[in-house]
Amino acid sequence: MVDPVASTPIQGGPILEAKGLHAAYGQVRVLHGIDFVVNTGGVTALLGANGAGKTTTLRAICGMVRSTGDLMYDGKRINNLPTEAIAAMRVGHVPDGRGTFMELSVEENLRLGGYTRKDSIEPDLERMFTYFPKLKDRFRQQAGTLSGGEQQMLAIARALMIKPRLLLLDEPSFGLAPLIVREIFGIMKQIIATERTSILLVEQNASLALSVADMAYLLETGKIVMSGPAAEIRQDESVRRAYLGY
Amino acid sequence: MEGVLHQIISGIATGSIYASISLALVMIFLATHQINFAQGEMAMFSTYVALTLIQAGVPYWGAFVLTLVFSFIAGMVLQRTLLEPLARAPVLASVGAFLGLLLIFNNIAGWIFTYTLQPFPTPFGAGAPILGGMLSRHELGSTAVTLVVLTAVWAFFRFTRLGLALRGAAYNPVSSRLVGIPVARMLSLGWGLAAAIGAIAGMMVAPIVFLDPNMMAGVLLYAFAGALLGGITSPLGAVVGGVLMGVIENIAGAYIVGTELKLTTALVIIVVVLVFKPSGLFGKTLANRV
Repeated sequence: MVDPVASTPIQGGPILEAKGLHAAYGQVRVLHGIDFVVNTGGVTALLGANGAGKTTTLRAICGMVRSTGDLMYDGKRINNLPTEAIAAMRVGHVPDGRGTFMELSVEENLRLGGYTRKDSIEPDLERMFTYFPKLKDRFRQQAGTLSGGEQQMLAIARALMIKPRLLLLDEPSFGLAPLIVREIFGIMKQIIATERTSILLVEQNASLALSVADMAYLLETGKIVMSGPAAEIRQDESVRRAYLGY
Repeated sequence: MEGVLHQIISGIATGSIYASISLALVMIFLATHQINFAQGEMAMFSTYVALTLIQAGVPYWGAFVLTLVFSFIAGMVLQRTLLEPLARAPVLASVGAFLGLLLIFNNIAGWIFTYTLQPFPTPFGAGAPILGGMLSRHELGSTAVTLVVLTAVWAFFRFTRLGLALRGAAYNPVSSRLVGIPVARMLSLGWGLAAAIGAIAGMMVAPIVFLDPNMMAGVLLYAFAGALLGGITSPLGAVVGGVLMGVIENIAGAYIVGTELKLTTALVIIVVVLVFKPSGLFGKTLANRV
């Protein structure tokens, strides 16, 4: 059994820290005081079933749902700041449902991703093609015509264009064929190895998430029920039975 | 034959004015899914501002530019103060608000400037008609101005970072905020732009129809029909539809229904498009946003 209040392994100090985070949609409370940490340069996985509050956690971080408690990003409290202000602090977000600008071209989607940047974004467009060669072939195509997997790649590339210090990923495996999921997670491992960005990964697919994460938290109906290094969580008997299926 | 050609050419001239208002309607629609029925009255009010400046001794093009600046700012202020609270209101409430705005502008203009018809100057001179007598100098000049404006607007949306951000904010506000675009500011900007484009249309049409508070009633109807005909979701369609409406108006007025009934052709087109092809010539089929 892993200690529910595990000590966090040292990476580079936390870039994001939630303490007693509560969030609600109107009267409906979704998060009941959760604590978690994303370390600088680390990958933290937030696991849990449908409706556990995973997406709400990401929405609280980017100011799309009201929250109380503390959300500390880079030492500053960011609760309830405007969404665009949080993005401007270089928080990249791959949203639930992929958030494609359907009517715009692939190129325009990527350029919008770099909207807050003052420097030239051309080299980064090129860099995205090394990760996602498929996007290069579809550069001028309307993004709405891309397949689900390609749109997921576009969403990740768009979020990377902001040069994120923190990257939030909301179920990148959702609704995709297993082969495509494997391809995307392969690329993600490459991204984790090359970019020096810290990642908070929300996933229903626990074994996938644990394969790339170094820290993991298990969320059940708005509460953290287990946390620790990903390797330990993966070994845990109850997690294996309930979330990994073996 | 000569007569038909004449009708078509002068139809393109008035149609390009309708096209500007159609484009303003479509811009607002894309960003908010609302039709600004007050777009025409805003343009009429701007035209009165221009006339006041000209009567005060400001040279025409100076008054033109000042009017654009005034309209742009007024459009932004209007969006911020009156329309932002309506963003999530039910359709009927916002239709009511826009119609209310139409009446308010109309009545305020009548109150300040009276309902008397007033001549509005043209900067293009009153010399003899050109193109074999088919086009007055003003018609040619106003078509040129409108074309320049429409091209500039297109280039702005297509090639600039801000134009792209405006399009992004209109199509997908949530994703836009996630990449750091201040969507609320973009909406105000869109309103400002639409108001300025409308003001140009007002100043270009006023020398033809004379200025009075009801000057834009017919223009708005043709422009709305044009926007629907081209496709309410397509800026290019709005322009094409607006120009087509100018031609249709002339042809119908001269050969089909007569001048007394030509305004009804706009209504007939609105109904026909809505019944048989709601997406218009260039638009996409509308689906509810989820």
